[in-house]
Amino acid sequence: MPFSADNVQRQMSEDITTQNTLTQRNQTAVMGPQVGNLALKDGVPIVSEDGRELTTLNLGPTHPSTHGIFQNILTMDGEKIVSGVPTIGYIHRAFEKIAERRPLYQITTLTDRMNYCSSPINNMGWHMTVEKLLGIEVPKRAQYIRVIMMELARIADHLICNSILGVDSGAFTGFLYVMQKREEIYEIYEEMCGARLTTNMGRFGGMERDLSKEAIRKIREFIQSFPPVMQEFEKMLNRNRIFIDRTVGVGPVSQEMALQYGFSGPNLRAAGIDYDVRVMNPYSSYQDFEFDIPVGYTGDTYDRFMVRNGEIWESFKIIKQAIENLPEGPFHADAPEFYLPPKQEVYRNMEALIYHFKIVMGEIPIPVGEVYHAVEGGNGELGFHLISDGGRSPYRLKMRRPCFIFYQAYPEMCKGVTLSDAIIIMSSMNVIAGELDA
Amino acid sequence: MLTNQEIADDLLSQFGDKIAGFEEHHEIMSVFTTVETAKPMIEYLYKHPTFQFQYLTDLAGIHYPDNKGGELSVVYHVHSWTNNHRLMVRIFVPIDAPDVPTLVDVYKSANWMEREAYDFFGINFVGHPNLIRILNIEEMDYFPMRKEYPLEDATRQDKIDALFGR
Repeated sequence: MPFSADNVQRQMSEDITTQNTLTQRNQTAVMGPQVGNLALKDGVPIVSEDGRELTTLNLGPTHPSTHGIFQNILTMDGEKIVSGVPTIGYIHRAFEKIAERRPLYQITTLTDRMNYCSSPINNMGWHMTVEKLLGIEVPKRAQYIRVIMMELARIADHLICNSILGVDSGAFTGFLYVMQKREEIYEIYEEMCGARLTTNMGRFGGMERDLSKEAIRKIREFIQSFPPVMQEFEKMLNRNRIFIDRTVGVGPVSQEMALQYGFSGPNLRAAGIDYDVRVMNPYSSYQDFEFDIPVGYTGDTYDRFMVRNGEIWESFKIIKQAIENLPEGPFHADAPEFYLPPKQEVYRNMEALIYHFKIVMGEIPIPVGEVYHAVEGGNGELGFHLISDGGRSPYRLKMRRPCFIFYQAYPEMCKGVTLSDAIIIMSSMNVIAGELDA
Repeated sequence: MLTNQEIADDLLSQFGDKIAGFEEHHEIMSVFTTVETAKPMIEYLYKHPTFQFQYLTDLAGIHYPDNKGGELSVVYHVHSWTNNHRLMVRIFVPIDAPDVPTLVDVYKSANWMEREAYDFFGINFVGHPNLIRILNIEEMDYFPMRKEYPLEDATRQDKIDALFGR
C-alpha cells in the first residue's frame, strides 16, 4: 500500500528555502562577514566556491533537538549545511566486551539498553538467538505472547519517532496526545515483567509468566481505545500544510543509496524496498498473521513518517489477530536445564533447586557452535551473531545494530539542506543513541 | 531457491584452491578464504547475475589468540535479497600485520563497520578513506576487544572452570 504524495506541492518547500537564502544574504550584508565562528583551515577562513566565508557549527553533543548524545560538526554557508562530520560513541558501554564475561541470561539486560524505545524486541531477539543455539522449541502460546509484546513495542517505538517529528517541526499537541497510549503500552509491559523501560522480558524457552487476566484486559482495552487516538494524530499531521511543507522532499534517499548504506527497517521501506525480516525470514510464528508491508516512494522525511504510521496500523492488526487466536498451552518450553524454575518450586523441590543454582551460576550446557539470528527491530534488522566455544559466556557476540549502520548516511543526506531540516531528517531516521553506540 | 551447495560449487569453480573450506551453521554457510581473495570474491558475489549479494549485513572482527599466524579474523556477512540467502566470508590475518583490503568501494556501509573493527581489534583496512577510532576515545593506545584484555579481575576464585567440572 504505497502512499501517494503526488498531490503535495513540493514546489512550496523550495520557495521557502530560496527565501531563507535571500534573508541570509541581506543579513550578511548588514552585519559584515564576521558572523559566527569562521571555519578555519590552517588559520585561513574556508571559503565556498562563490567566495563566501563558511562557518563551523557544533551541533551537540548535548542539544535538545538531537534526542540523544550525538555530535555533528557542521560547516555551514549561512543557514545551509555544506558538510558535516558526525562523532559518535558518547554513550558507548562496551556491551560486546561485557557479554564475553557474562552468562547468557545476564546479557538480556544489556540488550534492553540498546534500542530503549522498544526493549522487548531486543530481549526477545536475543532469547530467540540463544534458543536457536541450544535447540529449544518454544510452544505456540509463548510465541504468540512474544509477537504481541514485540508489536506493542514497535507501536511504542514508532509513536515516539513520529510524534517527536511533529515536535521538531513545531507541533507539540500530537506528541502529548499519543504519549498517553504509550503509557498504556508500558502498563502492559509492567503487567508482563514488572518493568517499564528496560524490560528484561521473557526467558530462554518462553515467557517468564503467562498473560494474566489483567494483562489481557489491558491489551483488549488498548485495542479498543487506540484507533481513535491514532486517527486523530494522523488527521493532525498527515495532510497538514505546514507539516507537509517541512517534510516533503527533505532528506530523500534513493533505493540505490539505501542499499549501499545498509539501510533497513522503516527507513529502507520508505525508499521503496519492501525488505522486512518478519516476512523474509519469519520467526516466532509471524507466518501465521496477515499483515502488509507499507512502502514509500522517495524515501524523504514525509515517506518515513508515513511508513511508520502505516506500520503502526499493521502492528495493531497483528496484535488483534494474536490476541484473538491465542493458543492454549504452556507459556514456556519444557527445558528445565535452561528455563529458570518458579521460586516456589525452588524452595520445595530438589531438582528445581539444582537447576536454579546451575542456571544462576551460568552452568548450563552450551554447545560449541555459532548462530546468527535477526529480528525486525524498531529501526530495522537487529541481528545477533553468537559464537560459542562451549564456555559459560559467548566467545564473541556481535550485535548488528541497525542505527549504527544507517546513521553513516546522515552527512550525505544533510548536504545542502538548512539546519532546521537537518534536525527533522535526524528525527525521522529515529536514531537511538543507545543502539548507535551499544 | 538458491542452495548453499550451488554457491559452493560456483565459488569452487571460480576461485578453486583459494578457498580453504566451508562450514554451515544453522543454514548460513561460511566460506573460508585468503586475505587477497576476499575482496574479489565479494565483488564477484555482488556482480553475479543470479546470486546478487548486494547487501552487507554485518562485518565482525574476532580474535583467536591460539590460531598462530591468523590471530585476527574478519567475518563479512552478505545477504542476497533477491534470493533471500545469507552468506559469510571469513578470512584470517596475522596479528602483527593485520592488513585487509577495504570494502568501502563495494559497499558504502562498510565504512563505519570497518572503523569499528579497527577500533576494537586493530585490523588495518588498507585503502579506507578515514580509518580512525569510532566508538572509543582517540587517545586510546590499545585495541580493547582483543582477548588479552580480561574484563574482570583475573584473580577471582569463584568462577574457576575446574570447580564446575568443565
